[in-house]
Amino acid sequence: MVAIAMPKPDRSVMDRREEIVAALQAIVPGEGVISDDTEMRPYETDALTAYRQMPLIVVLPETVDQVSRVLRYCHENGVKVVPRGAGTSLSGGALPLADGVLMSMMKFNRVLDIDFPNRAVVVQPGVTNLGITRAVEHEGFYYAPDPSSQIACSIGGNIAENSGGVHSLKYGLTTNNVLGLEMVLITGEVIRLGGKHLDSEGYDLLGLMTGSEGLLAVVTEVTVRILQKPETARALLVGFPSSEDGGRCVAEIIAKGIIPGGLEMMDKPAIHAAEAFVNAGYPLDVEALLIVELDGPEAEVDYLIERVESIARENNASDLRISTSEEERMTFWAGRKAAFPAVGRISPDYLCMDGTIPRKELPKVLARMRELSEKHGLGVANVFHAGDGNLHPLILYDANKPGELEAAEAFGADILRLCVEVGGVLTGEHGVGIEKRDLMTDMFTEDDLKQQQRVKCAFDEKHLLNPGKVFPVLHRCAELGRMHVHKGKLPFPDIPRF
Amino acid sequence: MDATFKPRDSRETCDVLRWAAAEEQPLEILGSGSKRALGRPVQTAHVLDLSELSSIVNYEPEELILTVQAGTPVADVEAIVSASGQELAFEPMDYGPLLGHKAGAGTIGGMLAANLSGPRRIKAGAARDQVLGLEAISGRGELFNSGGKVVKNVTGYDLPRALCGSWGTLSVATTVTLKVTPAAETSTSLVLSGLTEERAVEAMCLAMGSSAEVSGAAHLPRGFNGEGAETVLRLEGFQASVDYRFEALARLLKGFGGVHRLSPETSRHLWVSVRDCLPLADGAEPVWRISVAPASGAALLANLRHLFDLDAYLDWSGGLVWLKPLDGLPHDVEIRNAIADCGGGHATLVRADASTRAAVPVFQPQPDALAALARRLKAQFDPHGILNPGRMVPAV
Repeated sequence: MVAIAMPKPDRSVMDRREEIVAALQAIVPGEGVISDDTEMRPYETDALTAYRQMPLIVVLPETVDQVSRVLRYCHENGVKVVPRGAGTSLSGGALPLADGVLMSMMKFNRVLDIDFPNRAVVVQPGVTNLGITRAVEHEGFYYAPDPSSQIACSIGGNIAENSGGVHSLKYGLTTNNVLGLEMVLITGEVIRLGGKHLDSEGYDLLGLMTGSEGLLAVVTEVTVRILQKPETARALLVGFPSSEDGGRCVAEIIAKGIIPGGLEMMDKPAIHAAEAFVNAGYPLDVEALLIVELDGPEAEVDYLIERVESIARENNASDLRISTSEEERMTFWAGRKAAFPAVGRISPDYLCMDGTIPRKELPKVLARMRELSEKHGLGVANVFHAGDGNLHPLILYDANKPGELEAAEAFGADILRLCVEVGGVLTGEHGVGIEKRDLMTDMFTEDDLKQQQRVKCAFDEKHLLNPGKVFPVLHRCAELGRMHVHKGKLPFPDIPRF
Repeated sequence: MDATFKPRDSRETCDVLRWAAAEEQPLEILGSGSKRALGRPVQTAHVLDLSELSSIVNYEPEELILTVQAGTPVADVEAIVSASGQELAFEPMDYGPLLGHKAGAGTIGGMLAANLSGPRRIKAGAARDQVLGLEAISGRGELFNSGGKVVKNVTGYDLPRALCGSWGTLSVATTVTLKVTPAAETSTSLVLSGLTEERAVEAMCLAMGSSAEVSGAAHLPRGFNGEGAETVLRLEGFQASVDYRFEALARLLKGFGGVHRLSPETSRHLWVSVRDCLPLADGAEPVWRISVAPASGAALLANLRHLFDLDAYLDWSGGLVWLKPLDGLPHDVEIRNAIADCGGGHATLVRADASTRAAVPVFQPQPDALAALARRLKAQFDPHGILNPGRMVPAV
């Protein structure tokens, strides 16, 4: 199955494979160039495993100079490059191209500088998200963004995707926690942005790079802000007879000025799957389950727990527990954190979607999703970062049954269109990649997308870095640069002029 | 024909820009003009005045979002969200008093163009951290939307963020969606007295590295009233939490001498002054805004004091240096060399007369490859150079 078409491979590049291998070996010696099919196999997919494609060649550079020379070679010879971190993308951001070099950055795995007075850590892009926290936790510090793949995902990949996590409502996304980058353009030029200081001189290219899905440049160094761990954390586990009650409770918590460290909701199918898997003690007779985690100084947490409890009770909470120990708090989370594998137990396969909606639309979206579930003949379970409206519907299907994957993808597309229709967006944290690429026109006009592609042209005029991702139609930069000029009289006689 | 265009909606704004692009007529882009004296002087025949685009499009406190037209005064927005117990967490500074204007005139568009922030930058970020989406018009005269109207979104390039701090040289924003956050129930400040700049930065960095959630860390070498150095650490939040953290912070900093506590009102007043650069606002000498690694702030000042007489204070735990050379000269070369010597950063000449701003690089000069990339980006948004030409860099 490949419902999503990738750009047609360039035969002339594929025919030059041996020559390209030799050129890359001259830049990256030893085992840094892989061209054997068996050894390339692990790179044929990322965490969007429904899509597989063997790359032309895999290269694993170890120095910035090697990255620069490989990219310059590819630029001069018209060879496409797909950058890859740990390969945990859920949107196919690191899916290889048959005529492209896959550049793995996982040999860039060192922590370069830990600077506690400046609360900054400088790392190479292949260091894992959790690896940063591990490097600083002996002094009580941590790196705040915590995508659920944090044990495996790389910080370079986090930059590419602007990764979030359950704590992002309070502590921000990757973009709010990155201070500096070193990156290499497709031309081989090395550029440094930011550092241990705040804000950029000139245009905010750091902001532009974060979330650019590997289309603009290859990151070779990252400086992040670290924080002191909150003194304590406690959680409430609250069940509601309806998603409306749960949604109203969330709105009221925020309206009362409380920003919890974590605020997660699950619907009934997700609750049941999680409970069957980990026995977290979740109530099974509720329609919505909320985990509210409050973190900070003890005095504050104790005070807020009481306030959230009363808000929950006023909003028809039918089941309410408050953690009294760290162990109990972890139990509350166990079911939520295992929600994906738990769903994996009740269904041979599942697709994990990722849209964001205005929170107030949750009941409507869930109701429409039930209709869509019937229409497509597939089940769905929902986990929801309720604080920021980021919804993760898990669509249940069986890839061995003919037509089910296609049905699941169609269901997923309908869900994402629904997110856009109610005022939301296609992706809250997983990225567009290939998965949502063809839905971009449902959210953006042609002019919107053209202006985004013009940004690409400033970085990579030949479209050699990660082509086929994010944008449904690749316009040549020369075509995008053309102006449609309407010379003549002022077309706005009515506009006030002075 | 020299004209000031005052469009009433984004369609009319689009008409003006389409004409300007076709005729290659450069425009100075203005909100209220409150920051007109910041940046390199722009000399264009025409002005595009966005002050008529002034209304709240949508405000949903429970969704934490606010959509507003770009010409709306920041002060109006702050008043409206404040009525719902919310605020712009990044605490945008008001350049008005420093630049000889009245306070409260700046617009939301200008706030984005200058990527404004305040003392809370160290905890809550700058305008770039809280902007979620926008409708804007490029120098090609094409209207585009980017970002979204929800607080979490990674769909497409983050153009709203990239346009922050571009001083109106890439696009003209017409409508902006911002994240708003609940305002703190109360606030106070812990004050340490008589510290040297070096010791003050040590104390501030220690406090920032604690779990006390400090939301402002400034050092005023002449104090609030010119009576000796004072180092101020702000705590905000629920009353019980603020009291608890004040005690914890006082214990942590006991090696730095006695502490005292400011009332909420005094504290608020003080931080407005720190935010808006009021300690250096008097006179007409040049004023610099310098961003360095926090721990380098004191060393930077010490090095510069050997070279010329200056008045200065530190915000952002030492990472933001507000500096005024007392001889009235800009000293840009000495300042930028000192920044390079202490690990890097950037300096912006935020106040100077027009001839100085035309002669001295107002914004930090960039290495060649980065400058070339910035020029390419500019060309993609504004191929004819009609938007605020030369505001940041000559010929861009």
